[in-house]
Amino acid sequence: MTSEQVSLNIAPARPAPWRDPRIRGVAYQVVFVAAVAGFAAFLLHNMLGNISRQHIATGFGFLRKEAAFGIGESLIAYSPADTYGRAFLVGLTNTLYVAAIGIVLATILGTVMGLARLSSNWLIAKLAQIYVETFRNIPLLLQLFFWWGLLNTVAPSPRQAWQILPDVFVSNRGIAFPVPVGNPAYGWIGIAFVVGALLVISLRRWAALRQAATGRQFPTGWVGLGLILGLPLIVFLAFGAPFALNAPALRGFNFSGGTTVSPEFTALLLGLVIYTGTFIAEIVRAGILAVSWGQSEAAMALGLKSGQRMRLVVLPQALRVIIPPMTSQYLGIAKNSSLAVAIGYPDLVSIANTTMNQTGQAVEGIMMIMAVYLCISLAISLAMNLYNRAVALVER
Amino acid sequence: MTDIAQDIPVARPAPPRRSTGVFGWLRANLFNSVFNSILTLIAVALIVVSVPPIVRWALIDAIWRAPNGQACHGGGACWAFIGEKFRFILFGRYPLDEQWRPAAVIFVFAAMIASACFRPLWGRRLAIIWFVGMSAVFLLMAGGLPGMRRVETALWSGLPLTLILAVVGMLFGFPLGVLLALGRRSRLPAVRAICVGYIELVRGVPLITVLFMASLMLPLFLPAGMTIDKLLRAQIAIILFAAAYLAEVVRGGLQAIPKGQVEAADALGLSYFQRTRLIVLPQALAMVIPPLVNSFIGMFKDTSLVIIVSLFDLLGATGFALTDANWQGFAVEAYVFIALIYWAFCFFMSRYSQVLEREFNRGKRR
Repeated sequence: MTSEQVSLNIAPARPAPWRDPRIRGVAYQVVFVAAVAGFAAFLLHNMLGNISRQHIATGFGFLRKEAAFGIGESLIAYSPADTYGRAFLVGLTNTLYVAAIGIVLATILGTVMGLARLSSNWLIAKLAQIYVETFRNIPLLLQLFFWWGLLNTVAPSPRQAWQILPDVFVSNRGIAFPVPVGNPAYGWIGIAFVVGALLVISLRRWAALRQAATGRQFPTGWVGLGLILGLPLIVFLAFGAPFALNAPALRGFNFSGGTTVSPEFTALLLGLVIYTGTFIAEIVRAGILAVSWGQSEAAMALGLKSGQRMRLVVLPQALRVIIPPMTSQYLGIAKNSSLAVAIGYPDLVSIANTTMNQTGQAVEGIMMIMAVYLCISLAISLAMNLYNRAVALVER
Repeated sequence: MTDIAQDIPVARPAPPRRSTGVFGWLRANLFNSVFNSILTLIAVALIVVSVPPIVRWALIDAIWRAPNGQACHGGGACWAFIGEKFRFILFGRYPLDEQWRPAAVIFVFAAMIASACFRPLWGRRLAIIWFVGMSAVFLLMAGGLPGMRRVETALWSGLPLTLILAVVGMLFGFPLGVLLALGRRSRLPAVRAICVGYIELVRGVPLITVLFMASLMLPLFLPAGMTIDKLLRAQIAIILFAAAYLAEVVRGGLQAIPKGQVEAADALGLSYFQRTRLIVLPQALAMVIPPLVNSFIGMFKDTSLVIIVSLFDLLGATGFALTDANWQGFAVEAYVFIALIYWAFCFFMSRYSQVLEREFNRGKRR
């Protein structure tokens, strides 16, 4: 009793200040931050000194000056008389363009190949395995050079272009393919598509509510497909089915009509999609293998059909495993699109590189590239995290 | 009773389908459903269409010997180009009469990697082997011993350069990555913030920008009058880049350590550094060896980007070889050749990492 009281009354011995973990923690941090800040200040001091000694201009004023260099391909109007800022914007749109298409195509290719590796068909599984093992183990840059070399040196001139499909020509000027001729009806078809999609969303909600209340199912899939495809089709027919193709044709030394994608863009896209597709295939395969076989057996025992089993039981669980590594692959595509500079596709890095060479303002140029890529990375991470939260396991 | 039972005509079940032999195998693996049969036929058609032309190009119509490029242009692959240029592709601009040195360097690297794959050596002995090996590599490349001409780093190129960039990047990036990972897990907010900031910044930008930064901005960061070698600048960029990625790999291992281990170490009265060195890191690092091998494969492939800052690694030397006016138009042959080199290395390493992973998980397998 007494001893208890004594021990309760004695305050815990205060350690000496240099042994107090809290004080030590603060001291360590002060030292660490001071060292980092000191190093940064040293670098900055050197840099300012060097810049003034070498008479390099500073600031972002150069963005308003005339760029005076041409850009091979651009999604927005551009001429050499435009400013560096405009050129930067061209590079940014080109980067986003190739990255967006690359992400979609790589996802499709990777998913197909991942499923193919799990196929019960021996030949298909082996072919998918050969694809993955081959292209995963060769540097992306080498693959880009290979495709570019193939298109540039091996592909014939437009006069002897290879016709791989009707009206699709491969030559050393790129791939020429037909596009539909624009028509006011297409705008209405797009609106009909959006209306159909909105109807399907509300239909699904209603069907889920009804099933919860009465247990009766509604064939949402078929009706939804009918709405999404049927409404635009009706509009298309109502306008008298206007459809004409603008096909590429050889005029002189090059194709006119249709659309041509440059060898640089084709090589970059092919390389990105084929290389990243191997990693996505492995992610998809691992994700599906991660769902234990017992889950499938339980679904079968409940009488679900194989499509329902995949859609309702296996995929939702596999997606949880698949999405986080998939995010880093998407980030990889966005970042790897910067390899465009090596084969001459005018992406952000390539244009910034030209700008830096012309103006000598390396610091500003690199800071702009880094800021843009950080923003792209953050945007992709954010989008994927939101999606991940939507499919994540809701625990109690 | 028995008579009746015997009299009932019983439909004899058909014998089971054969599940062995060639036909059984075909039925089970290629034609087990309508969908699969269609897929098989499509795949066979694809193979029939695509494989013979490739074989004809690469082997049957290929030209193995030719005096010059003009004599080498006939429907097939021109392997004579590789025969003519393989020394340049492998060793680049390294002085011709000294090329036994980079060749020896490749063998030293092969021996070092082989010793690293031999697990009984793991530990201090491996560290000694690698220290001796790396010293030999730099001695051979740079020269300076009596009888060996000095070769400046601007001439280092080809496969040895690729190996040096990747291995040195790993050797220096790894300790830095461990420190960053520990910093990211630190209880001290300022340390944690700086480490997180560094890791996320570097992981958010492409390697190219880090290389650009090293080649364009690093000279500005140095005190006046001090210059820094181009190779070293690229190497620093690769180390800094690798450190951020390795930090995340190591963090995975650190997070997998049960909390009880740390608490037990605290209960024994170990300090932070003792605890980290004796308890946490040995367990965490052992756990992440397979992903570390994968990071190394990634880095080996990524070193090809140094071509952007005009260093001539394996890919860069190949590009240089392709500019010979006497041998024009053999890009595909050259790229296939070095793709085989890269592929062989990466495939071997990834197989090895799978073996390691299986062996490390042996205790967890039921």
